[in-house]
Amino acid sequence: MNPASVSIALAGSGGAGVLTSGNALLEAAAQAGWYAYLSRSAGPQIRGGESVTMLRICNDPVESPDDTFEILMAIDWRNFERFAAEIPLADNALVLGDADTGPPPGFLTALPVRYHELPLKRTASGIAQGRPNMLALGVLAELIGIPLQTITDMLNRLLQTKGQVALDAGVSCVTAGMELAQKKLPAVQRLPAPAPRSPGERLLITGNEATGLGAVRGGVRFVAAYPITPATEILEWLAPSVDKAGGTLVQAEDELASINQIIGASFGGTPALTATSGPGMALMLESIGLAVAAEIPIVVVDVMRNGPSTGIPTKSEQADLGMALYGLHGDAPHLVLAPTSVADCLFTTQWAVHLAEALQVPAIVLSDQSLGQSRAVIERPADLTFMARRETPASVSDGYQRYALTASGVSPMAIPGMAGGQYTADGLEHSPVGTPSGSAADHAEQLHKRQQKLSGFNYGRHWADIEGKGDTAVITWGSTTGPVREALARRKAAGHTTRLIAVRLLAPAQPASLGDALAGVERVLIVEQCHGQQFYRYLRAHYELPGEVRTFCKPGPLPIRPCDVLTQIEDWL
Amino acid sequence: MDTEGTTAALAARDYKSSVKPVWCPGCGDFSVLSALTKALAEMQLPPEQVAVISGIGCSSRIPAYLNTYGFHGVHGRALPLGVGLKVARPELTVLVSGGDGDGFSIGGNHFLHACRRNVDITYIVMDNQVYGMTKGQASPTTAPDWSLSKLTPEGPGINPFYPLVIALASGANFIARASTSDPNGTARMLVEAIRHPGFSFVQILSPCVTFQPEQRDWKKLVRPAPVAATSDPAKAARRLMTDDNLFVGILYQGSREPFQPRLENRLEHPTELEEQFAV
Repeated sequence: MNPASVSIALAGSGGAGVLTSGNALLEAAAQAGWYAYLSRSAGPQIRGGESVTMLRICNDPVESPDDTFEILMAIDWRNFERFAAEIPLADNALVLGDADTGPPPGFLTALPVRYHELPLKRTASGIAQGRPNMLALGVLAELIGIPLQTITDMLNRLLQTKGQVALDAGVSCVTAGMELAQKKLPAVQRLPAPAPRSPGERLLITGNEATGLGAVRGGVRFVAAYPITPATEILEWLAPSVDKAGGTLVQAEDELASINQIIGASFGGTPALTATSGPGMALMLESIGLAVAAEIPIVVVDVMRNGPSTGIPTKSEQADLGMALYGLHGDAPHLVLAPTSVADCLFTTQWAVHLAEALQVPAIVLSDQSLGQSRAVIERPADLTFMARRETPASVSDGYQRYALTASGVSPMAIPGMAGGQYTADGLEHSPVGTPSGSAADHAEQLHKRQQKLSGFNYGRHWADIEGKGDTAVITWGSTTGPVREALARRKAAGHTTRLIAVRLLAPAQPASLGDALAGVERVLIVEQCHGQQFYRYLRAHYELPGEVRTFCKPGPLPIRPCDVLTQIEDWL
Repeated sequence: MDTEGTTAALAARDYKSSVKPVWCPGCGDFSVLSALTKALAEMQLPPEQVAVISGIGCSSRIPAYLNTYGFHGVHGRALPLGVGLKVARPELTVLVSGGDGDGFSIGGNHFLHACRRNVDITYIVMDNQVYGMTKGQASPTTAPDWSLSKLTPEGPGINPFYPLVIALASGANFIARASTSDPNGTARMLVEAIRHPGFSFVQILSPCVTFQPEQRDWKKLVRPAPVAATSDPAKAARRLMTDDNLFVGILYQGSREPFQPRLENRLEHPTELEEQFAV
């Protein structure tokens, strides 16, 4: 257990409002100056299913679930067993329930935990418009040590559109909840007070929102959308935002339309993006190949969920890697990138827009449900310089060649409206001018050109996050970076150095850079949330791995926790 | 687009490229190419302000034969390419073209939704009731008893698709039928279609002399629609439902407002969007 953080799970059935209370607690903790990370687990119900909100509050930036939870509070216990595996409890954890909504499940009270009952429902019924979830908020705020004033300020903002009665009810419930905690509960060890912060220096944001923000910052001004869990929030955030930035979002009739709409918009010179999840990206693959052949820059974000097929749509997994890398027909070099944290969703998406535009190629960004739907306090990102800048011809004349063979492989791209630049973008193989060609020489030249522009480009240091030293390295990617990073920080605190390599640029592979990063390494542990070892197989296909190699490949939906990674390393060394 | 200062008016030939079509001798699509270049010349549209978008099939090869911007995409997806381009670049003239298999079978869903969405583009379908590029299979507009395909030796056996009826029901703003036997009439109709705001749909009966040789007789069978264009969908529906698919003319002209989001930057500062997340 990390003494510098506290982990809380808040459970309840449909309509109990655990997501509302969890988010309110997250906002209050952020306002008070802490860092925090909220993830959620929901059942498949459209509205009002049982759900759990999981919150971790910390003095330092945090982007991983902890090994266990110190506090579990249930507004009620209905269907709680569905989530039990996702909420490992610490020894001596505080388990809070309301006797009026039923007893806790037997397996819980059999654990070495401290169970206490709180009359949430009864107390709420004595307050006009009182709700048990707001009492729960007060109880938890008191346990953590969030001042009433911070909660009141936050409720003022949160409930300002709901009227004075709702606000009064909220404040009364929180106050009553705090009193209940003082009277009925043992004191828990509180976090040290947060460092003072200046207002606005940090952001409270979900990975999906950060992805949208990165897209707009990179210059995306056309978005096509087809709703799919768990990517929809990217599109919903972008709808008003891209419009405000002078672009637009179109809801398409299907994913085949959304991918082709963005290709059409980008052919017209407008940086364009769509976001989807595995089933949607599978439908888009044919047209991503078109964008490779016609050299049209686009960005496709895949917020991965458990597959195959419809799988478990609301839960996280890293199993679309194979599709993103190898799903295109023909030899179709393209970019595949993956953010390594909620905060990095912003950077990686912005970088993807920049790279796609610079290289006139599709970029696939692999996020996942765990990154996309988690909400975290992050440092405000710097004004990054990565922007969409597409090479266009300075002037065009009769001899213009859209697919001219250049040293870099990138050919200046005429945009409709440029007189003299008329050409036909084509999925058919073509000559440098762009006319359809079945010639072996044209095919070989254009294949080489499309490969060369990617393999010859200098991606700089952002291809991976490389941290730490030592002769043992952990290689991972995407959302599992958070728990791996925390596991290695704990090892470091215990006096052991271990190297972290979190790969951000998955395609094209960077064997020379990884070789450098692995200099002196004798043991490599590969961590991924995928039963089929897709990342391990990818590494074996493209890289030389030194010394002994082991894998820790665990499917979703249960998250990989820091202790899982630590156990793997400690059992080995 | 300001064309002042250009000395000579553009002729139809100025809209043609030097690429030689892959079409069979006698193919109706040559006549469509000719009619389209005449229409563009009639409108004096600068070639760089025009984009012709297509999918896959014989007729979908048309962009490469023009001196405009073009996009030859994947099978069935020409309409979303065109919708994305037009919405992002509303000042361009965007034409989408292709065949009956591309537009009504693999791309059928996009056809319905492009009619609904009513983006200001013109969709030209060269209908020959057959897949020509794959050597003669039944398309959605093929007669049920057409038995010349190895794939359906007894005939497709299913009811043909009536694209004009479906366009009307789906909300297209302009619906017309033309025939390659009258390239000048087709050119005039294309001018009307391009000028009409919103989604305009022109079906052009374009014989496939190789796989549907009896379509050579279309030129004797087509005749002008007996009544003028209507803006009343009920009247248009009655006419189209009793149609033998060989009347040519503008059959429906609606006045629905085209779909076009305004593209106007209202951000005062580039980092403005971040402020909603600030703590």
